[in-house]
Amino acid sequence: MSSSHDPDHSGNAEGITRREFLKGTGAAIAGSTVLAAPLRAAALPQEAAHDARRAEGGKLPASLRVNGVEHRLDVEPQATLAEVLRDTLGLTGTKIGCDGGACGACTVWLDGDPIASCMMLATDAAGHEVVTIEGLARGEELHPVQSAFIAHDAVQCGFCTPGLVMSCAALVERNREPTADDVKAAICGHVCRCGSVPHAIDATLAAAKAMGKG
Amino acid sequence: MASGTRARRYPVGIVPGTLSEVARQVAGDEAPPLPPNAALTWIGKPVPRADARAKVTGAARYTVDVRLPGMLHARLLRSPHPHARLLALDLAPARSLPGVRAALEYAQPVGRAIEVPAPGDAAKAPRTLLYVGDVIAAVAAETPAAAEAALAAIVAKYETLPFVVDLESASDPDAPKVFERPVRGQIYEGGGESAGLAQQGNVRGPSTAGSRGNAALGLAESDAVVEGTYRTQVQTHCCMETHAVVADWRADGLTVHLSTQYTAGVRAELARAFQLPLGRVRVVVEAMGGGFGSKSSAGNYVRAAVALSREARAPVRLVLDRREEHLDTGNRPSTVQRLRIGAKRDGTLAAIALEAYGTAGVNIGAGPGFIAQALYTCPNFSISQSDVFVNAGPGSPMRAPGNVPGAFALEQAVDELAEKLGVDALELRDRIDPSPVRRAERRLGAERVRWSERHAPGADRGPVKRGLGVAQSLWGANVSTNASCEVRILRDGSVEVLSSVQDIGTGIGTVLAQVVAEELGLTPSDLTVRIGDTDFPAGPPSYGSLTTASITPPARNAAHRVLRKLLEAAAPALASEPAALVARNGRIATADGARSLSFREAAARLRTDRVSAVASRSDDYGGFAHKSGDMAQAQSMLGGVQFAEVAVDTETGIVRVERVLAVQDCGRPMNPMQIESQVQGGVLMGVSYALFEERVLDRRTGHVLNADLEHYKIARSRETPPIEVVLLENYQGESATDAYGIAEPSNIATAPAIANAVYNATGVRIRELPMSPATVLAALGRVASRRSRA
Repeated sequence: MSSSHDPDHSGNAEGITRREFLKGTGAAIAGSTVLAAPLRAAALPQEAAHDARRAEGGKLPASLRVNGVEHRLDVEPQATLAEVLRDTLGLTGTKIGCDGGACGACTVWLDGDPIASCMMLATDAAGHEVVTIEGLARGEELHPVQSAFIAHDAVQCGFCTPGLVMSCAALVERNREPTADDVKAAICGHVCRCGSVPHAIDATLAAAKAMGKG
Repeated sequence: MASGTRARRYPVGIVPGTLSEVARQVAGDEAPPLPPNAALTWIGKPVPRADARAKVTGAARYTVDVRLPGMLHARLLRSPHPHARLLALDLAPARSLPGVRAALEYAQPVGRAIEVPAPGDAAKAPRTLLYVGDVIAAVAAETPAAAEAALAAIVAKYETLPFVVDLESASDPDAPKVFERPVRGQIYEGGGESAGLAQQGNVRGPSTAGSRGNAALGLAESDAVVEGTYRTQVQTHCCMETHAVVADWRADGLTVHLSTQYTAGVRAELARAFQLPLGRVRVVVEAMGGGFGSKSSAGNYVRAAVALSREARAPVRLVLDRREEHLDTGNRPSTVQRLRIGAKRDGTLAAIALEAYGTAGVNIGAGPGFIAQALYTCPNFSISQSDVFVNAGPGSPMRAPGNVPGAFALEQAVDELAEKLGVDALELRDRIDPSPVRRAERRLGAERVRWSERHAPGADRGPVKRGLGVAQSLWGANVSTNASCEVRILRDGSVEVLSSVQDIGTGIGTVLAQVVAEELGLTPSDLTVRIGDTDFPAGPPSYGSLTTASITPPARNAAHRVLRKLLEAAAPALASEPAALVARNGRIATADGARSLSFREAAARLRTDRVSAVASRSDDYGGFAHKSGDMAQAQSMLGGVQFAEVAVDTETGIVRVERVLAVQDCGRPMNPMQIESQVQGGVLMGVSYALFEERVLDRRTGHVLNADLEHYKIARSRETPPIEVVLLENYQGESATDAYGIAEPSNIATAPAIANAVYNATGVRIRELPMSPATVLAALGRVASRRSRA
């Protein structure tokens, strides 16, 4: 991955717009464009099928399963998952910080894995299980990472928080004994401009501990 | 109401340490003196953030989440050229597209230096565009895609002009001129002057305001002189929520949802700009995704959205994208600082001379001189600071403007001076720093980091060298006296706290609940805090580190005054004088506790559905150091001392910060958990500034090369060191809460502390930011410097 601590690094995605990239560039570039290793690049679009349907004009039908609920939608072919979650489904907890896969604010789960929802076409999420920040708690009962973020004050302006929480929660779901370095690796694709990373690390470690006991 | 004044005694001093008392003559209706935090229930305690649950569940509503019925989507046409005449602009093709509801030229941009017209001059036609991203026109359409199409349909004709984007070339008398005529602008904390300075080519200045004594003589009479030229880069704010507005112009008034640091200020600006009565303008912000100085006013995008809404007769949403953020929402100006410090053999400073140039693009305000002027005792100080204009987006205040680049130079120079005098760097500061608070901070910090065991510069033998450094901070303890808060008690015992003050992530809403709960004997979560709306009493801005200092005293005084009304209502039932009753643990009781009512029972005895009191910020009890308009500065300034430990890989040039200790003060701390978050944020932004961040302009095209979050490097989790925060309590008996700010002081000392640690590690001084591998390797003599390559 391209490191975030190399100020002289210049990426190789210049001149390629994100839409072009989403539309058909290979996974090799995806590996170097998406900063966070755990934020997996979106699966390749099923180009041929899209093009055929788009040729008929207008929107594409897409059946999205979000937070356990099935939604049958007609979406713009170029709409990202982040846009459809926010604008069509009203799930505005998912934030768009850069619209280019470089800040992590739009992180949701796709089949349990954290992904940058601004880097995936909505139609490509069909057939997968999407969980957003709104679907993380079980009713009134918060996910342990959410509770720990409150207790450790890992929240300042809060704009990056939903994405951070999704990445940290995904980590503790698969690793009940993470180290601080594990947490850093899990959230290295996120930007928190208020600087809540130290508290987010504390919170995630505490949440994992609480889950291990539970 | 106030009936004269009365003498009261307030705790003063530093904790840890022993406290004494000071007598103050204060207004009769001020809330009584608060004991130190140790004796309080809510103030000074780590109360969880009131809106944290909303923020961790995605329920918090930001401006970008606002959706109004019939809302249109706006985009701005921006200059593709760094310098050009706008020969023609045709909006008709855009207007004729389906779904397009408004299109307008945007001809009078704000937030930059403005040329002073000569007498009799007509407005300049055609308009000159000054940087890539300069706003030209705005469109609103029914969908984002239609707005995008409308932008593409606008026909604009440009005559490109010669341009310059780097400070060195721009300083050349023969360089292309950014401005033809003298300009005026607005100065913020760093220094400089708003108008009337000489302007030659692109160089405006110097401003010498603040000079004292005779620095040349002082330098001549010094036993030791250090001298260096320091360079700092342009940093951009990178708020996670991009600048966003939803403007809703209606016949009965204008409502603006805005991600803003100052609802009340924007309201006043928009009322003036659109010639509306103040009462017809409402500005609202619920959750707010960061500002750091860049969201302090009604910028061009706000004015454009309002104008579009007026034209379209519909709500208009305008959300800037990440590229626009880097081009045109402000930045921290660059500096080149030639700094000389002279001292006597005993360390006493004889002179400080600072000559500074900096560029805020098409704005003024690059002066870094204040910290050199004010941090240390020195009889002779000379300052000469100039702005250099380049064809780039205007600078703006950014977290501790002026002092951040200023400290990078000053605190390295003081470190160098200590070595030259053969005095320990902390010991020298004990001799030249008049602040008793920083003295205590140095002592606490030195113990924690085992300062006395620090090795000599460059002592490690291997390629990876470790070092420890220290630097200090200074920031004015600012106060806005235009700060009001209302507290209401309702008949069912519920309590509302209201102010237009906005929470930009610091947690001021939680602090207000703590302050009012303390006064009313309730629990913070019992209260309803409504803020971020100009329908409530006008609160202060969230900048200048002044929010807590400005709004918590009126909140406490309003609570105190409304409580008296409740006590009057409860007194007959308790067979007591109102003045003899106390509010604690959710009850209204006689002082001996023999008779009591629950708060709710007492409220049921109110004669009306609710009682209310509004209070405004009183002057500091001991008087302000100075006051101008609404803005004042307390007599004591804010400090802070930071220590950094680094590891420098001398083969790769990579600097890793391994630990930062921040010892800080903010008067009476209100919520130590939130303060710790904020200090960690200030330190991290400082680490990022020191090592990674830099806006890069292409000299050949005038474009920003890294206008995104991928190539504009920000410290992330892997670059985050352990950050320890030690917080002093500093009681001064100056207001009903005695609280001051922390945001900016925590961001000032980090970069120089890291630079001093790098020196301690390597024996080589890095006088240029960011301390990237290339810069470090150049300083180590392993590669040619970036500037000599260029």
